[in-house]
Amino acid sequence: MKALLVAEYRDGQLLASSYELVAFAQELGADSAMFLVGSDSALPQYDGTLHLADSGKYSEFNPAVHKQLLLDVIAKEQPEMVVFSHSSYGWDLAPRISLALGAAHASEVVEIVDGVPVVPVCNAKLRRQISAKTDQIVVTLQSGAFGLSSDPVGTPTVEKIDTDTAAQVEFGGYEEAEAGGVDLSKAEVIVSAGRGIGKPENLTIIEDLARALKGEYGASRPVVDSEWVDHSRQVGSTGQTVSPKLYVACGISGAIQHLAGMKKSEYVIAINTDKDAPIGEVADVLVVADLKEFVPALTAKLTA
Amino acid sequence: MKILVCIKQVPDMESKFKIAGDATWYDSGDLAWRMNEYDEYAVEQAVQLKSQVGDADLTVLCIGPQRVQETMKKALAMGCDRGVHIADDEPFKKDPFEIASIIAEFATDKKFDMIFTGMQSQDRGSAQVGILVAELLNIPSISTVVDFAFADGKVSAKRELEGGIKALVSCATPALVTCQLGMNTPRYPTLPNIMKAKRKELLSFPAADLLKVEGKQETAKVYFPEKKGGGLVLEGAAGDLADQLIQILKEKTAVLA
Ligand SMILES: Cc1cc2nc3c(=O)[nH]c(=O)nc-3n(C[C@H](O)[C@H](O)[C@H](O)COP(=O)(O)OP(=O)(O)OC[C@H]3O[C@@H](n4cnc5c(N)ncnc54)[C@H](O)[C@@H]3O)c2cc1C
Repeated sequence: MKALLVAEYRDGQLLASSYELVAFAQELGADSAMFLVGSDSALPQYDGTLHLADSGKYSEFNPAVHKQLLLDVIAKEQPEMVVFSHSSYGWDLAPRISLALGAAHASEVVEIVDGVPVVPVCNAKLRRQISAKTDQIVVTLQSGAFGLSSDPVGTPTVEKIDTDTAAQVEFGGYEEAEAGGVDLSKAEVIVSAGRGIGKPENLTIIEDLARALKGEYGASRPVVDSEWVDHSRQVGSTGQTVSPKLYVACGISGAIQHLAGMKKSEYVIAINTDKDAPIGEVADVLVVADLKEFVPALTAKLTA
Repeated sequence: MKILVCIKQVPDMESKFKIAGDATWYDSGDLAWRMNEYDEYAVEQAVQLKSQVGDADLTVLCIGPQRVQETMKKALAMGCDRGVHIADDEPFKKDPFEIASIIAEFATDKKFDMIFTGMQSQDRGSAQVGILVAELLNIPSISTVVDFAFADGKVSAKRELEGGIKALVSCATPALVTCQLGMNTPRYPTLPNIMKAKRKELLSFPAADLLKVEGKQETAKVYFPEKKGGGLVLEGAAGDLADQLIQILKEKTAVLA
């Protein structure tokens, strides 16, 4: 089997997540080639053919143009599988490719069982196996689901590619996430508030526990989106990545994007009314309780 | 200006899920249904655009069984002008390409200037449908948008990337954007608007009328993941639980030292 791996590039750098695609191909025992809109100055460590388009010329984000560059490579390589990261770049480009190819398309693949891709359903409470009715298949891989067991090595054989396709959108550069606020990455204890806190007034319960444990408080995305907590305290794939000695998740379901930010914590306690909440999968202790009762009770005993 | 917003009805994710008889989806009995979270942002953005431009007509479209009309009524109460219900008792049997083809088939001769969808659904989560609709209609699309502005026939959007970085992207209309969490603050329908929504037009026709393609894939199986975590689960009265947890913290961590 042959897989075409769509590597990613941002702000002049190759993204390390690109190696997850290499690991995936290895796990499948597939031959591979790679596609990248990037530059000579940041080549992947990869033994194989790299079809390289110049991001200076074609821009780092330019779906219609990247699509055509990639379709040209697919026509040449004839891969059975086209592999992307399930990332802001991958989930944007992949449907454009699967449609053009008339290929099946499995999003956010976490594993392959007997050749069949498996994806999460309902916030990872369920799993689904997808069987393709087409010879070619496009997959996007869940971030972190596959990884190399050792540092990447190799030197690609570079083949330069070009197109004269017109752009449909204009890319105007990047805007950094708001700076300032707290640096959660240094905190030894983090107590995080999720949507389960119900209303902003209940945030004090979380702050009180954080103080009792001499730590900082953090939050899941809905709490930040509701503007109850500053973005600098958001934990997850679009917020901070933290690795405290203790992480206490209060009223947080445990969506993959939240886990991405806290799964390196040494010890995890989850407080949740839902015994089946996916946070239970990464928690050392799951306390099945209403946080509004349990958290103040815990704080009271800790400060007594 | 003609605006379309596509929404989906999904179960509350805190539900206790059961697998359906043929094991290709979850059982739809005993579930509480609501508007897909991402689509709430899409509806809100569409309503805001309508009030910005003044002279606009806003259609909300939803594919699903009869019960999705309840969710559509919420969108109408939020400010959509008319509803198009594409009736399908088992939409989960259609793949994202078929769903997108149905929407594109409906939209193709309607000349929508702007289309909004959620970036993904909370249940199937493929993140494909919006982009596929745009590709099928051959219009530009910008996905994962957290900030949207429209002026002089042009869309200026911010796409959210990993780490909270944003990419500034603009394009001409007609265009489609897929909406990410936090894009705006979805309004709560007021009682007078809920009453008004009851009188708004809500057309319904069968999905089969619009489906002209064949799917590329099917669900082989849906199942519960194996529990790997194996962490300790504590249940009981809050006070007792607190004592137990403090004991565990003392034994397993150094944070109480
Ligand atoms: C591209 C992308 C990026 C994202 N980035 C992030 C990110 O960086 N960080 C992030 O957090 N999310 C992120 N998300 C959102 C993520 O998918 C989830 O929607 C989000 O993490 C859910 O937050 P939550 O767990 O607080 O809320 P919910 O999923 O709504 O969970 C609330 C939980 O609280 C429990 N609960 C309710 N009431 C109580 C009570 N009284 N006591 C105890 N428990 C209670 C419920 O059982 C439930 O488990 C991202 C999503 C996307 C698509």
